[in-house]
Amino acid sequence: MEASTVLKLNGLAKRFGSILANDDITIHLQKGEVLALLGENGAGKTTLMNMLFGHYLPDSGNIEIKSVNGELVPLELGNPSAALAAGIGMVHQHFTLAENITAFENITLGAESLFSLRRNQRKAEKKINNIMSNSGLEAPLDIPVGRLSVGERQRVEILKALYRDAHILVLDEPTAVLTPQEADALFSNLRRMTNHGLSVIFITHKMREVLAFSDRLVVLRHGKNVGSMETSNATEKKIARLMVGSETQKVSPKRITPGGPILSLNDISVAGRSKRDSLQNISLTLKSHEILGIAGISGNGQNVLADLISGLALPDKGSILLKGVAIQNINPLNMIKLGFGRIPEDRHRQGIVGGLSVSENMVIERLDDPLIQNFGFLRSSVINDNAQTLSEKYDVRGPGIDQASRLLSGGNIQKLILARVFEQQPEIILANQPTRGLDMGAASDVQRHLIEARDRGGGVILISEDLDEILGLADRIVVMRDGNLHDVNSSSREAIGLMMAGESV
Amino acid sequence: MIDILNILLTDSFWAASLRIATPLIFGVLGALICERSGTLNLGIEGIFVVGAMCGWMATWLGAGLWGGILVAFLCGAFFGLIHALLTVPLGLSQHVSGLGITLFATSVSYFTYRTALPDVSSPPRIEPFQPLDIPILSDLPFIGLVLFQQTALTWLALIMVLLVWYVLNRTNLGLAIKAVGDNPNSVDAQGLSVYAIRMWAIVVGSALMALGGAFLTMSAFDAFFFGMVNGRGWVCIALVIFASWRPGKALIGALLFGAFDALQVRLQTEMGAVVPGQVFLMAPYVLSIAALVIAARSADYPRALLTPWYKGQR
Repeated sequence: MEASTVLKLNGLAKRFGSILANDDITIHLQKGEVLALLGENGAGKTTLMNMLFGHYLPDSGNIEIKSVNGELVPLELGNPSAALAAGIGMVHQHFTLAENITAFENITLGAESLFSLRRNQRKAEKKINNIMSNSGLEAPLDIPVGRLSVGERQRVEILKALYRDAHILVLDEPTAVLTPQEADALFSNLRRMTNHGLSVIFITHKMREVLAFSDRLVVLRHGKNVGSMETSNATEKKIARLMVGSETQKVSPKRITPGGPILSLNDISVAGRSKRDSLQNISLTLKSHEILGIAGISGNGQNVLADLISGLALPDKGSILLKGVAIQNINPLNMIKLGFGRIPEDRHRQGIVGGLSVSENMVIERLDDPLIQNFGFLRSSVINDNAQTLSEKYDVRGPGIDQASRLLSGGNIQKLILARVFEQQPEIILANQPTRGLDMGAASDVQRHLIEARDRGGGVILISEDLDEILGLADRIVVMRDGNLHDVNSSSREAIGLMMAGESV
Repeated sequence: MIDILNILLTDSFWAASLRIATPLIFGVLGALICERSGTLNLGIEGIFVVGAMCGWMATWLGAGLWGGILVAFLCGAFFGLIHALLTVPLGLSQHVSGLGITLFATSVSYFTYRTALPDVSSPPRIEPFQPLDIPILSDLPFIGLVLFQQTALTWLALIMVLLVWYVLNRTNLGLAIKAVGDNPNSVDAQGLSVYAIRMWAIVVGSALMALGGAFLTMSAFDAFFFGMVNGRGWVCIALVIFASWRPGKALIGALLFGAFDALQVRLQTEMGAVVPGQVFLMAPYVLSIAALVIAARSADYPRALLTPWYKGQR
């Protein structure tokens, strides 16, 4: 056992201000192993990996890594070059690729002296081709990275690490941007490489991947290592309990029969600046008592669709009918008055006005309501009482309702938006990536509210990249791809995944 | 119309265009290096003044012409270093720091000049760079005058274009500069120092800018005057956008501006009686703006331009 340990993190701790991001974490990694690192947002996963890679200096603890002659030697801390030289490769969630140079150039950047007068291309090319054929990771090498797809860019990131002879590969949320098929391909390639002796740590919060692809898993909670187990012994329930510290109820709504149509988009086209923000002749009907799930990889027109329903974008062609009547004045204020509720994708920028207080943000969509203002003068006592009540009802926690809303955490900002939207009992709710980046507790709160709105008789349009969320909540599913909507006949993840990727079923 | 054609066909017009373009070539290359690495250097106007003053004064004090050039280069590098320290590790506003450098560098140059020469009414002159006299080549018709009777500094500028192009496109250093201006994290993740690459780019770029200033006092004229830089630095900032951050196009942009300027001087003498001279003086700037508007539409900015990068934050 000891002989095949390639990496030891011993009692690592890191404090940011008053927050103890990592508290005495010890993890061992074996050769050829795929280790999944799980935890809620803010559990300290990324901090831990940044210490491993030398981006952060730990406050205490040390790291030992297997050297060329097979012995464990201490790693110089806080120095990315040392980590690179020791054979640690890191694939960040936000790619560290320069888009104006080619994949080949990105891979070789920094591997040779900056002051050599020419570049030795042939040797490097040979090495990269070798790695590509051994690992199965293929990517075009000689066009600027800016023109590669997200999946290709990720492969370039991994190639970059392997080119530097990494024998430990760290992947931060590697599948967040991939289709299910691309994710499967990635994991099978990783498996191929671990058979050649590579060890992998991947950070994720997707249970399915952990169970399907890892050998062992470690769960972090509040900066502590709260448990590790062989994946073969793990169940979804066990892991969830470790992650949140108690059992959470998975939200699974009862199916109910939808009512009549309340919103129809008829043959709508929007010509955006680029393909990723255009819609082409889409039609869609939303019924009352229904959650309509829109699946798809982000950047396929979801944001224009959301803007359209929020009144932020105007259709170039086609009409929007509310209960059979065409909406004439399409603008955000009018849409709110007509009974649309909006949970925007970018909750920090579009959901709140960060500089205004929590109580002001709670009424910001109905400032002309005579309850809120008198001849243009805001009734602050009403606004504050309203905020007090709603904060309790929706469990919005923060430094206080009179404080700037940007000081709230992401989950609490989302709860603030929920309070504002759902208190108006909207008939149509647009929820664009409503649980992205939220921890399990906050996410299930959001989902519960969406179901309540549906049961009350509203229609919900749920745009989400998380296929599990859509499969769990939606009464009906459509797939969005290249600015078009495609009906889904089957409810299997494979079929939907294939449609997301653009293959005909 | 015929007048313009006649002017365009003379070799003296083209020789003048290249001469006028020379300081701009230095300046635009300097600004290009800075911006490719992600930093706007609005100190350029002041660094031109520093280069003009220091190069001239060193020569006047007996350092010799090439000694003067070296002094100008080092003084430019010094002010570049100030800008680099303020904008790279400290991450201050590049606009504020750059404009501050311009005000500071200009004032310090004038102050030094006045302190060193309190009593002179007409500025002292130096023996400037002379046109090269290359046997045979200089006597060739047309190109003899245009190319081979320029001063050594013009040749240095043209060599710099080639050198900067080679470094950016053929060396690892150039890759790192381009990458750090697009996504600094890419460089950091490969174990290279973002700070070092950016700071060196600013220092070297600023030193080149100072050579542009030195050309004015040591080749184009033979003395230092107040206000002689006259916005050439700002023109370079515009030309970088026109050139979409490419050395070859930067040369073309500088030559274009030089040609407009050479043309307006000649049109003034020919048509000055009919049209006010100011119209011609204005022409190169107006035409630059027009060219810029057209070119800037498709400009492909270095993505990290103006964005400070802090170690350990991502």
